[in-house]
Amino acid sequence: MASAADARALAQTRVRWELLANLVRKDLKVKYKNSALGFAWSLANPLLYLAVFSIVFSGFLLRGGVPSFAVYLMSGLLVWNFFATATMGATGAVTGSANLVKKVRFPRIVLPLASVGFAGVHFVLQLAVLFVVLVPLHPAAFGAQLWLALPTLAVAVAFTIGMSLLASSLNVRFRDVEHLLEVALLAWFWLTPIVYPIALVKERLGELFWVYMANPMAAVVAAMQRAIYADAAPIGKDGVPVPVLADGGYAFYLRWLGVAGAVSLVLIGVGLFTFRRLEADFAEEL
Amino acid sequence: MGGEAITARGVGKRFQLHHKRATSLKERLLLARSSSSEDFWALRNVDLTVGQAETVGLIGPNGSGKSTLLKVLAGILAPTTGEVEVRGRIASLLELGAGFSGELTGRENVYLNASILGLTRREIDRQFDSIVDFAELEPFIDNQVKHYSSGMYVRLGFAVAAHVDPDVLLVDEVLAVGDEAFAAKCLAKVAEFQAQGRTILFVTHGLDQVSQVCDRAVVLNQGRLLFDGEPAEAVSKLRAFLGTSEDPAAGLGGDGLLQIVDAHVIDPAGGGVQLDFHVGDKLAIDVLVKGRPEAPAADLRLVVTGPADYPMFLMESPRGVVPAGGASRVVRFLIPAFPSLQGLFSLSVALIRSGGKDVLDARRFGERIRVYGPATHGLRLVDFETELLEPEDRR
Repeated sequence: MASAADARALAQTRVRWELLANLVRKDLKVKYKNSALGFAWSLANPLLYLAVFSIVFSGFLLRGGVPSFAVYLMSGLLVWNFFATATMGATGAVTGSANLVKKVRFPRIVLPLASVGFAGVHFVLQLAVLFVVLVPLHPAAFGAQLWLALPTLAVAVAFTIGMSLLASSLNVRFRDVEHLLEVALLAWFWLTPIVYPIALVKERLGELFWVYMANPMAAVVAAMQRAIYADAAPIGKDGVPVPVLADGGYAFYLRWLGVAGAVSLVLIGVGLFTFRRLEADFAEEL
Repeated sequence: MGGEAITARGVGKRFQLHHKRATSLKERLLLARSSSSEDFWALRNVDLTVGQAETVGLIGPNGSGKSTLLKVLAGILAPTTGEVEVRGRIASLLELGAGFSGELTGRENVYLNASILGLTRREIDRQFDSIVDFAELEPFIDNQVKHYSSGMYVRLGFAVAAHVDPDVLLVDEVLAVGDEAFAAKCLAKVAEFQAQGRTILFVTHGLDQVSQVCDRAVVLNQGRLLFDGEPAEAVSKLRAFLGTSEDPAAGLGGDGLLQIVDAHVIDPAGGGVQLDFHVGDKLAIDVLVKGRPEAPAADLRLVVTGPADYPMFLMESPRGVVPAGGASRVVRFLIPAFPSLQGLFSLSVALIRSGGKDVLDARRFGERIRVYGPATHGLRLVDFETELLEPEDRR
């Protein structure tokens, strides 16, 4: 009897997948309620990007330095968008559910995790759409190097969860976090090789390139580009190879993914600790 | 079965008053050194155990820490001192429908809310029809909750919470919401929980409810546990404390120094004692006081209370309206226009030592005013004046 009661008590404080899934489903439903095309909007997003950048950089308007620039952009942008939307969403997750937090006992940690899940669902679907388009557009993506995407995604998710836990709990105490993060993410975006070729950074920074790569998102994006864009130095318009990626092998990426992974684990640890510490006062602060 | 369902040891809860609270980094830096935060102890050193299958009422004046205690027990607030242990699944009815999302349908909200409260999908599937049935919302269950009336919202909230299958139920005055029929239904549900041997702790202002429903009652005042025991005794303790007691001088300074003899409601124009009035009528309440020669000067406090002793409005006489030296006195409270309230009202009168705080006598006079007319809700200010009459002066 006692142990059964304890188990039932635990169900109210432990993170349950089902609750997490329900919260993600709620966010999705709320977002797409009353929109006729609903989910299609989110899926159309990467397609639109691809189309626009393909046209702009095809030489029709601009002569871009990077061959198949649209593919290069998308391979880094999608994973960045996942990170940025999840972290921003998580930041407001606890403060936005004030009514619930103040009146009901439940594991509060599911709130930021649900934001990560929400962004994750979009990410997976957008990635799927991208791969469909890549079949005719960039068949080189479907090679052995695509396996690199798996450890990359694992690190991306871990890093995002760590950031989300930290940002969501700190934002309850200091509402500045939300505004600070908005600005920081903008700067961070440009410190990450999404719209410019990383090879350029490597060339300019030389010995100091490691400082640039210490940014976990740079490691994640670079590895994602290696996995999808594949070719480190594709042949440009004038028949000369254009250096785009930082490295044509795997060791470079795995090494930096390892560093980013370690940083992510520490971040998750710090995030969990901070969340647990501040959680007790959530109901008062809101 | 035995064993404690709820154990609280030395529980204290300190709040920092918010007006000086740093909520941004800038303020944090600016306030870093001034440390001007004001502390407020909502609970102090509360020890409470509730056995399994017990029903305990939590009563006390407003701001005595009842809701804070419930929130601490529910695990929503962390205690500043002491510790809390609750065995089993808790359902806390602190606010009905908390966490409902207006954009979702009733059905979707039932699943989401029950899931937040700790139910698995299979459990919800099993209970779903019963929840909808209890809430009487069958035709609307697939409508968005934002189109619900407040009554429907509350009904659905209670229905979900009541089907969480809790071991421990914490209820905060929610039984007072909704229409009468639904309130009765909620009470029936609570009785059902009692019969099933679940533990219930509930906060209420309906003091009559306490004696009817509870095995035990706990009185809180200013965050401290004042009394823990028999419901009837707890209620009379609280009534004595509030000055709403039925018995003359129940447990309070009843040394007969100064006593309230009677209180009448009269029509100042017509003369005699009268029960029925209309909203806007002029009426007078005469309080008869009798004292020994050594009696001190005293103030009178008169509370007009509605059903379940709920205070409607309060009138306090000027300082020393009853002069020192005893003798028989009549203090008249004159209300030029009765506020727009409707129903049967009682009078609670307390005699307080002038300039002090101790209650010399307190009495409650049941059902002395019946008022007809349009009623509105909410607190109101009532104009009144007082005068001291000699007993012979009474018209």
